[in-house]
Amino acid sequence: MAFGRSSRKKPFVEPVTLKILVAGGFGVGKTTLVGAVSEIRPLRTEEILSEAGRPVDDLHGVETKTTTTVAMDFGRITLREDLVLYLFGTPGQDRFWFLWDELAQGALGAIVLADTRRLEDSFAAIDYFERRGIPFTVAVNCFEGARRFPAESVRGALDLDPEVELLMCDARDRESVKNVLVAVVQHALVLADRTPSAVTT
Amino acid sequence: MSDEAERNQRERDLTPGHHHWFDDDAGPVVRPYAMTRGRTSAATRHRLDLIAVVVPEPAADDPGRDQTLSPEHVEIVERCSEQPQSIAELAAGLDLPVGVVRVLVGDLVEDELVHVTRPVPPAELPDVSILREVINGLRAL
Repeated sequence: MAFGRSSRKKPFVEPVTLKILVAGGFGVGKTTLVGAVSEIRPLRTEEILSEAGRPVDDLHGVETKTTTTVAMDFGRITLREDLVLYLFGTPGQDRFWFLWDELAQGALGAIVLADTRRLEDSFAAIDYFERRGIPFTVAVNCFEGARRFPAESVRGALDLDPEVELLMCDARDRESVKNVLVAVVQHALVLADRTPSAVTT
Repeated sequence: MSDEAERNQRERDLTPGHHHWFDDDAGPVVRPYAMTRGRTSAATRHRLDLIAVVVPEPAADDPGRDQTLSPEHVEIVERCSEQPQSIAELAAGLDLPVGVVRVLVGDLVEDELVHVTRPVPPAELPDVSILREVINGLRAL
């Protein structure tokens, strides 16, 4: 059984890979944001999860369901031949995405994309990242036609810690999304500097 | 299953034409985890991260090395021989659940046909210098 092209002389470059999560409610523009900076059209990946780990108080009404399929869209940014950043959009329509804990493992940071018309949709994601100590930045997707609010009042409504950055963005705009990504990594850098024990690699 | 049900099942199985759909055009009639022979975890020690990159070993160029590989195994090696790919990319490209790809890649690691890069270990932030490089890289996009 031949594996296609043989006699490859040049060894493969083995890139360092990093991931940033993009969370937020359904329809807030996560896949749009990923697509705005990704060099590939966002791809979809799925995982079948058993719900054994689900919180007990959530079982009511869905007792018979034993597995759920979680789908995520992701994109890729090759920063250098040996440094690749992946962006994973968490599935907004699925209430159980947080079961996919391993997605957050080793994540360099996260973006919580928020819509001022449905701020409550971002509470779960903010809670999750706060509890896990994952550096995150809130990006308010400025939809056309939606009322603009001053950043301070959005911060207040989301009850953000002072050190968490909140930015206005346009998820369709590459430059705007780049700014958000830089903000996330800068925040991660501040946290990494503060806890030298976490950077022993 | 009762005796009678079993007999009926057997008769159905023996009926000519019953398997008429069982050809290449039938599409994915195989349940995803059948491709892993029911295994849900790989033999390798640590769980493969979504962004772990699968890199072919020189042995993967050797034709006919392992006849026990499934078409999915072969396709994974072929895809990675074009360019090393992450577990997530393989899952999306093969249209298989991530868990299935993990098991299949685990087999290939076991066979020493590929190896897998380990991304930043869980619960550790990447090195500060890498974070700086990421920021510079993003700005330069």
